[in-house]
Amino acid sequence: MRRWTRVVTAFVLAGSGLVVVPPRSSCAAQSPPAATPAAGEEAAQLRHELEALRQEYGARMAAIESRIAALEAGRSAEAAPAPAAPAPTAAPAPLTTAAVPPGAATEGGPSSLPVYGGGAAASKVFNPDMAVIGDFIGAVGKTPGGGEPSLEMHESELSFQAVVDPYARADFFVTVGPDQVGLEEGYITFPTLPGGFLMKVGKMRDAFGKVDAQHNHVLPYIDRPLVSKNLLGGEDALADAGISVARLIPNPWLFLEATGQVYRGESEVFKAPTRGDLAYVGHLRAYQDLTESTNLDLGGSIAYGHNGVTADTTTRLLGIDATLRWRPLRRSIYTHLVARGEVAWSRREEPAGPLSAVGGYGYLEYQFGRRWFAGVRYDNSERADVPGLRDTGGSLILTYWPSEFSQVRGQYRHTYFGEGHKADEFLFQFIYAIGAHGAHPF
Amino acid sequence: MRVPAIAALALLAAGPPVRAAVNVMTATEDLADLTRQVGGDRVKVESIARGYQDPHFVEAKPSFILKLAKADLLVVVGRELEIGWLPPLIQQSRNAKVQVGADGYLDASLTVKILEIPTGQITRAMGDVHPLGNPHYWLDPDNGRRIAKAIADKLARMAPADAPYFASRYADFDRRLGEAEKRWDALMAPYKGLKIVTYHRSWPNFADRFGLDVIGYVEPRPGIPPSPGHTIELIAEMKRQNVKILLVEPYFDLKTPQSIGRETGAKVLVMPPSVGGEKEITDYIQLFDYDLGLLVAAIKETGAK
Repeated sequence: MRRWTRVVTAFVLAGSGLVVVPPRSSCAAQSPPAATPAAGEEAAQLRHELEALRQEYGARMAAIESRIAALEAGRSAEAAPAPAAPAPTAAPAPLTTAAVPPGAATEGGPSSLPVYGGGAAASKVFNPDMAVIGDFIGAVGKTPGGGEPSLEMHESELSFQAVVDPYARADFFVTVGPDQVGLEEGYITFPTLPGGFLMKVGKMRDAFGKVDAQHNHVLPYIDRPLVSKNLLGGEDALADAGISVARLIPNPWLFLEATGQVYRGESEVFKAPTRGDLAYVGHLRAYQDLTESTNLDLGGSIAYGHNGVTADTTTRLLGIDATLRWRPLRRSIYTHLVARGEVAWSRREEPAGPLSAVGGYGYLEYQFGRRWFAGVRYDNSERADVPGLRDTGGSLILTYWPSEFSQVRGQYRHTYFGEGHKADEFLFQFIYAIGAHGAHPF
Repeated sequence: MRVPAIAALALLAAGPPVRAAVNVMTATEDLADLTRQVGGDRVKVESIARGYQDPHFVEAKPSFILKLAKADLLVVVGRELEIGWLPPLIQQSRNAKVQVGADGYLDASLTVKILEIPTGQITRAMGDVHPLGNPHYWLDPDNGRRIAKAIADKLARMAPADAPYFASRYADFDRRLGEAEKRWDALMAPYKGLKIVTYHRSWPNFADRFGLDVIGYVEPRPGIPPSPGHTIELIAEMKRQNVKILLVEPYFDLKTPQSIGRETGAKVLVMPPSVGGEKEITDYIQLFDYDLGLLVAAIKETGAK
């Protein structure tokens, strides 16, 4: 900071020097012809020269100011070297000159635009898009333990997202829980690598199945399905530091994308005893439009890594997922239907031998008004580390959207735990977002 | 005998210079048609959104990723209209040409006249307000001309050999649009200052151009669905000002507009704001022919002033 101030001061001084010096030199060039007889005449001459100088100085200042303004406008108009589009010659009606907020700058503007915004806007133009999403959960009803607290500010997610340079963008999601702050995700994405690869490097949520990659606030229910809690690591899933590479597989029939991820192996499921024990996640996604309103999305996933029970025990996960969506385009904001199912198998090695478990869920969602969504979910899952215990459950979910930026949700949940306990609970949730407008999840 | 045959074949092969068409994706069908107007058969164009679909809420389907992956040029409406769905598509396209700021990314809003740029403090208490101005700017034919010009210039830079072709296509479009504008202006001249109500703020450029006075909206705030309180106020205001025309975009529910129509005697017009909004609207000029025809018929029917 100190150094910066010094640099800026030096720069300003140098700049003002540039401004001051030229008039003095021109003054020196003009004053010599002082072969004037009378002092009065000389004084008049001097006054005249001084006036001329003042005018010249004023003109220079104006020119410099306008150049600075132009430079600043150029900077706020576009950072990347966008090709300058010729001004529209056909219809030169006056364009609007009202100030445009800094976001306009990211659009890639030709330099022939009228001057929008000013110096104040330019200072913020490279700030990342920021947003905060609040997620408040309440719970009532009896449960044998391990349920949600009665009232909880479950999570506040802070997001910072921006383009890094012409080759990459960066996304950071910091989650503030009731008693801890964590980096949910923080990664750089290289979207245009040669060979059609999309690479992410950083801490990421994993690509296993569908529910793993979803942040809490985009889930269509309040809690995660039992299979997620029992087999896939729950809320944090396999989120870890790693590298992800995804590529489209060209074929004439459908959208096919393969994703491969390498992680350090420190997540809710994996624990790497040594540096070499990395965890791996693979996902294959196939998507096809059946009609303009209906589409089918299928996925297969695999994950492998050390589970940390002993030095060489591992856990292997396999999963399949299927989603059928229907949304009529003419009424797209009023109605849609989503049916989704996910099944996962876990094979966890322990000193006594491998433990196998399977689990899954089915979910159906129907939007019956611009602001109203109803859902039903069925859960069934064994537990990864307790052989022979199977939990089952069912939920009814109702969601109301006051606007795109907030939602209120209620969920009735019945759970039958493997030990023989039952739980009937009602959960409610408020989610609200401020700041930059994020993309809608698909 | 054989030599001349081979020579003829070679001549045939080399004959008309075969150039690959520029592969263009556009956000909306309006931009697709304007691209077609100036690009002719030297471009291959497809739109992501359909004309009868709310352009604010398009789903980011992976099938669009495949199309964007192959595009040479992406033309967007801009002004944050596509903010909810286009950024992830662009990123996942893995196509360096169409990334924001790249040569193959054209924001059509940068050379047009933009209305309703908010000044002063803006908050979402105003609804889903567009901080960069109203993105429905293509509904002024003069803006259509500016967009066409920007696209023609961009295509000329991308395929310099075809630059004269694009320039002449643009000149032809400009001429046809000019003639149509004379027709439209004459059609609308008797109705200057006509008071109307619209569902969403989709029509400021249209109203500005054709001298309509939008006195209210069915939505209490942009993007917020109608509320009973606001609807009652709107009905009272429409009665007071004797408003007889209510425009509704084809993707909105007609229940509230129709009850407003019953209360006020106003005619509810389902008016497509985009090419493709109705089957017969296949190009940009037809869009205005259709909409203005609908409007004038309704004015005559209701005796609106």
